[in-house]
Amino acid sequence: MDALVNKRIKQVLKGDKDAFAEIVDLYQHRLFQVCFRMLGNRHEAEDIAQEAFVRAFINIHTFDQKRKFSTWLYRIATNLCIDRIRKKKPDYYLDAEVRGTEGLDMYSQIAASDELPEEELMKLELQERIQYEISRLPDKYRSAIVLKYMEELSLQEISEILDLPLGTVKTRIHRGREALRKQLSRQPQIF
Amino acid sequence: MNACPERIVHFMHEYLDGEISREHELELKSHLQSCEACQVHMHELSDVVAFVKGAAHIEAPNDFNHSVIARLPKEKSHAGVSKWLRRHPILAAAAMFLLLMSSALFTNFNDEQQFSFTKQENVVVEGETVIIPEGQVVKGDLVVRNGNVQIDGELDGNLTIINGSAYMASTANITGTSEEINEAFDWLWYKIKGGAKEVVSFFEKDEKK
Repeated sequence: MDALVNKRIKQVLKGDKDAFAEIVDLYQHRLFQVCFRMLGNRHEAEDIAQEAFVRAFINIHTFDQKRKFSTWLYRIATNLCIDRIRKKKPDYYLDAEVRGTEGLDMYSQIAASDELPEEELMKLELQERIQYEISRLPDKYRSAIVLKYMEELSLQEISEILDLPLGTVKTRIHRGREALRKQLSRQPQIF
Repeated sequence: MNACPERIVHFMHEYLDGEISREHELELKSHLQSCEACQVHMHELSDVVAFVKGAAHIEAPNDFNHSVIARLPKEKSHAGVSKWLRRHPILAAAAMFLLLMSSALFTNFNDEQQFSFTKQENVVVEGETVIIPEGQVVKGDLVVRNGNVQIDGELDGNLTIINGSAYMASTANITGTSEEINEAFDWLWYKIKGGAKEVVSFFEKDEKK
């Protein structure tokens, strides 16, 4: 696999776009999945995953072929996702009153969109529920949990993708699991 | 649960990461047998893992590949040149140097198309021919560009002709050397020799001091 990918990379370096299309074929589902789990939205996930491939193409001459290509690709994609999540965060004052409402400030708006009432939660199907719970994790824990359990990567690989020491990755996964445990135990059991 | 040591929860996570040591595992197991709260905690964490792992695999849309290729930047011809330059900086610098050097040299050679010669006494000029009349003696070097030289008298020095030729009468006499330069490469050689001579004479002067 790695030998094949490195061969394709050499062809891309010579300007062969068809070789790059083959690389996209190999990794598109994995990359799209990470983006979807991080962003929780198919449209945005498609945009960011495509952007990740475009950046990989432009910067392919900086890729060290002794390393694993998928790690490098995941790294580009997770960085783009985290940038996107941070940009989406409201930069207005949370306690400013929302126009057209009386006594409703942004706190109540965010709380409303963040946590579904119990009866709404019951209506979610399992897959929707999984995505909902993942999306409520802080992005630091979310990226680690998604890479570990949805992409099934090793802790070592995750540490390279997120450019964090192994100990930090472990801590984030531990905290992510604890956060999910609290989220799940506060709400009706689905098991 | 507050009474339980903190490391027990840490061991639970080590266990879930599959990185627990034998001693830690034994301690965790014996603790779980005696502590219901930690049993629940451990159970909930295992549920979390099962819950997250239950996520279905997501596939990219069908036209994903085409959309990516469509988004790739169009490579222009000059992009190839700049890529080459980026990859071979030393060759690029060498090529640049040669280009500038040769252009300076050739413009120098071509600029000097006009007839010119070293001003000397007793020299007669007819059109583009410099004549040293019979019986006359010219003291010093004579350089003629883009013109001919006709020597009937005597030249007490070196004669250099660039893009031209010399006609010697039987009475002609040159005490120094005589050379004709007609091609660009000869011109280059002449320049280099001049430079070398300057350097040599510089050192000679030094030695004389």
